[in-house]
Amino acid sequence: MQQFVNVTLTGLTQGLIYAAFALALVLIWRSTRIVNFAQGSMAAATTFIALALIQAGYSYWLALVVTLASGFVLGAIIERVIIRPVEGGNELNAVIVALGLFVALQALIAIVFGSSFQSFPAPFGLEGFRIGENRVAFTPNSLYIFGAVIVTMLLLVALFRFTRVGLAMRASAFSQEVSRLLGVKVGGMLTLGWGLAAVVGSLSGLLIAGGGFVYPAYMDSLIVFGFVAAIIGGLDSPIGAIVGGLILGLALSYISGYAPRGSALVNISALVILMVVLLVRPGGLFSSTTARRA
Amino acid sequence: MADAHGATAVSAVTGGGTATGTRLLEVEGLSSSYGPVRALDGVSLSAEAGKITAVLGANGAGKTTLLRTISGLVRPVAGRVVLDGVDITKASVESMVGRGMAHVPEGRGVIAELTVDENLRVGALFRGKVAKSEYDRIYDLFPRIAERRNNHAHTLSGGERQMLVIGRALLAQPRILLLDEPSLGLAPRIVAQIFGLLRQLVDSEGLSVLLVEQNARSALSVADVGVVLNLGRVVVTDSASALMGDEDLRHAYLGF
Repeated sequence: MQQFVNVTLTGLTQGLIYAAFALALVLIWRSTRIVNFAQGSMAAATTFIALALIQAGYSYWLALVVTLASGFVLGAIIERVIIRPVEGGNELNAVIVALGLFVALQALIAIVFGSSFQSFPAPFGLEGFRIGENRVAFTPNSLYIFGAVIVTMLLLVALFRFTRVGLAMRASAFSQEVSRLLGVKVGGMLTLGWGLAAVVGSLSGLLIAGGGFVYPAYMDSLIVFGFVAAIIGGLDSPIGAIVGGLILGLALSYISGYAPRGSALVNISALVILMVVLLVRPGGLFSSTTARRA
Repeated sequence: MADAHGATAVSAVTGGGTATGTRLLEVEGLSSSYGPVRALDGVSLSAEAGKITAVLGANGAGKTTLLRTISGLVRPVAGRVVLDGVDITKASVESMVGRGMAHVPEGRGVIAELTVDENLRVGALFRGKVAKSEYDRIYDLFPRIAERRNNHAHTLSGGERQMLVIGRALLAQPRILLLDEPSLGLAPRIVAQIFGLLRQLVDSEGLSVLLVEQNARSALSVADVGVVLNLGRVVVTDSASALMGDEDLRHAYLGF
C-alpha cells in the first residue's frame, strides 16, 4: 500500500511536468499548426538563465520570474523573426526550421554556459513528508510542482475563457481569415500565443531541473515524454495535454515501480502507450471537436 | 405586432450615416490574379449608400475574388477601391471592419469551435466594450440563434450559420456589408427570410449591401442594382428590375 501511494504520487508529479510541456506544444500547434521541436531547447535556454542568476547569488524566486519572462520574450521573438517568414509556404518548412532551432539553441547554450553537468537547486526540501512512522515520496518540492503547474493552468484557462484577448487568441487559432475580417490582429495573437507557450515550456524546464542536474541536452527526455503526452491527448486539446501528461506520468511510474527492471522499460513503455492510444483512437483522446469541423 | 417588434429590434444596429444614393464604395478598374490566372479584369462598379447592389454571374465569373480583393485578402494587380472617398486599396484586412466595411466570406465563416455567443463577441472585439443591449438586439433579429447561444457553432444548421455570421457582421456596426453567396445551400424559405431581413435593414437604417450571388433570381428580387460579371469582366450594370426584364441577358448570363 505504501509503495502504491509513493508510486502514484511520483507519477502525478512527473505527469504534471509532462503536462506543462505538452501544453506548450499544444498551444503552438493549435494556433500555427507547427510542431515546435525547439520547445525543449527554448526551455533549456531559459533554465540556464535562471541558473546563472542563482549562481550569481540571486534568489530562486527572482530567477523564476526572469525565466518565465525571458521565455515569453524568446517565444515571441522566435515566432516573429524565425517562424513568421517561413509560414504560408510548404507546411514542412516551419517544422524543419524548428528542428534546426532545436539543435542551434542547444549548441548556443553549450557555448554560453558550458556543456558540463551543473546541479540545479530546488526551492523546497527534497525529503518526503512524514505520515505517521513513514516518509512518503511526496516532498515539499513536489507540492511546489503541483501548485506551480496547477496555478499556471488555471491562469491559462481564465485567460482563454474570460478575457477578450483570450477570445481573440482562440478565434485566431481556429480561423485566421475570418478573424482578420472581423478586425482581430491575428499576427499579434500568434506572437502572443508563442510567447505564452514558451512561458509554460520554460516552467516545465525549470521544474524538472529542480534538485537535479542540467546540461545543454537535459530536456531531451522530457521532450519525448511531452510529445507523447500531447499526442495521447490529441495535440489539439489543452485538456488533452494535461490528461495525457497525467496518464503518461502515472503509467511510467507504475511500470518503473512494479515491473521487474521497470526503470529500464520506461522509455519503451512510453512508445507502447502511445501506440495503443493511437490504435484505439487515432486522433488522440480529446480530438472530437476538430473531427467535426465543417 | 410582429412589425412593431421588428422595427425596434432593427433600430441602431448599423452605423448608417451616409446619405442614400451617394457612392459609398467605388471599385475602379480592379484586376487581380491567382498566379497566371486573371480572375478580375478591370472591374469597375459602385455600391450606393442605402441600397442593395447584387453582383451576379456563374461559377468562376470572379464574384468571390471581387469581394476578397475589395477587403484586401487578395491584393489587386491594378485598379483601386475607394470607401466613402478614402482609398483603401492598400489598407490591411484587419482595418476594414473599423472603416465600416464588414465582409461575410464564402462558406459562411462561422468559427465552428466557438459557441454562438463567442462568435458574436469576436465580431465586436475590435470595438472594445460593447453594451449587452447590442447583443440582445442581434438575438432579437435572429431568435433562432438566440435559443442556441451557448451551443458550439458547428452544431448549427446552414440557415442558422448564415444568421449568425450576418448578426456578427452587424455587431461591427458596418456602413456596408459584403455578402458572399448567402443563399448557398439554403432552403428557399430561409433565403427569402434572410433577404427580407436585409431589405428591412437597408430600408429602415440606411445599411448598404454589396451582395454576390449565383442565385440571380432571388438576388434580383431583393436588390436595387444588379451588376453582371462574366469571366472577370462587367457585362452590364442596370437596375434590378431592368435586368429582370431583359430576357436575353437572363438566358445568356444568369441561367433563368
